[in-house]
Amino acid sequence: MKAPKFSYSRGESLDQVLMLLNEHGEEGQILAGGQSLMPTLNMRLSNPKILIDINHLNELNNISLNDDIVCIGALSRHSEVGRSPIVERYLPLIADAIPHVAHIAVRNRGTFGGSVALADPAAELPACVLALGGTLVLQSVRGIRKIIADEYFLGLYETERKPDELLIEVQIPVQDPSALSAFVELSQRKGDYAIAGLAFVGTLENQLIKTAKLVYFGSETKPTLAKNTMAVLTNTPWDDKTRKLIAETLGQDLDPMTNLQGSAKMKLHLQKVLTGRAIDLALEKAQAPR
Amino acid sequence: MSEENCEIALTVNGEMLTKTVNVRQHLVDFLRLELGLTGSHLGCEHGICGACSIRVDGSVVRGCLMLAVQADGTDVMTIEGLTATGEISDLQKNFVDRNALQCGFCTPGMLLTLAELLRKSKPSSRAEIREHISGNYCRCTGYHAIVDAVETTINDRLGEN
Repeated sequence: MKAPKFSYSRGESLDQVLMLLNEHGEEGQILAGGQSLMPTLNMRLSNPKILIDINHLNELNNISLNDDIVCIGALSRHSEVGRSPIVERYLPLIADAIPHVAHIAVRNRGTFGGSVALADPAAELPACVLALGGTLVLQSVRGIRKIIADEYFLGLYETERKPDELLIEVQIPVQDPSALSAFVELSQRKGDYAIAGLAFVGTLENQLIKTAKLVYFGSETKPTLAKNTMAVLTNTPWDDKTRKLIAETLGQDLDPMTNLQGSAKMKLHLQKVLTGRAIDLALEKAQAPR
Repeated sequence: MSEENCEIALTVNGEMLTKTVNVRQHLVDFLRLELGLTGSHLGCEHGICGACSIRVDGSVVRGCLMLAVQADGTDVMTIEGLTATGEISDLQKNFVDRNALQCGFCTPGMLLTLAELLRKSKPSSRAEIREHISGNYCRCTGYHAIVDAVETTINDRLGEN
């Protein structure tokens, strides 16, 4: 189908975009990569009064390392994040996740900030940012505020961002190269919407899993920390007993939703299987010679 | 300041042009309806099928997920222009030789997507080729012949260098 009627404004500067957002509030819609917004327009699932195009804000398109924090500008395209030597070296979880983000033509245009700001329940990057303890930098005419990922994702497409705010940057602490890290996902076709998936990071000490952070996507309404399962994995050897135990506790952490990608029951089963695979994969990578 | 119609200036297949577009028109409708470049196909019109893939500023993108007004100042290349440059003439020949198309609806998008893989000029496994075209649906060939044609093209190019 064709998009409904809207007006369009190309933001030439950050100040101008913030003023437009302030002026139009909920009737305005930020157009970044458009890889989620444009389908909803073409299918007439959204009906904004005005699109505010931020693609010309070049200052939001950069990836830098500042001390122990990787700063990813909101307008960085997925392909650029995937090619970035900084991301490859300091954020292996995100480097592992990018190939799962849609397909090459979509990655060339879709943006890191757009994915995180939208918080699609099947999206990879919100889960990664939450797992890595990232901070979101939001700006409006009222000023700049920073929100930790733990407090940003509230529900189904529901986030802490106010209608007049623009996500300008995501700040993520560098990963310890000796730590555990794995990203796994199941989808019908490579790059399609996730049926189930998780981001796993943790630390290893004397062959015991010392700490573990598990963030699930695809099955839940928002990226979800599995707190009970994380507690079970703390200071634990990765053996058959633990494997069995986490399959039991995961049911307390997750409340999968049934959608076109599968039933709640199947998704819970798949998340259990994927959890084992993610931990296996992370341990395998940590023990492989670098 | 916001508009429902905008004037845009862009390069399409090497030719510079200026047009007034309705801001709700996506780029492939602009190419097909305003410029008569019907090589870019519209399948699903929401970013799933890949039939509308075109090259914008050197990168393959979904033509249905970009507004024509956003193409202001860009360099757009469609299958018509890409064919004229000869950049993928070997790939196109191998598609024909190997019967890598039947109805041909997916072929322009498939070729635009593959042109990006071929520019890397390094060996690709069949799995890598399949992953690269994972965003392009073909309902006729079952992909096998397409992967064959790409593999032959890559091997021939590497053999020549």
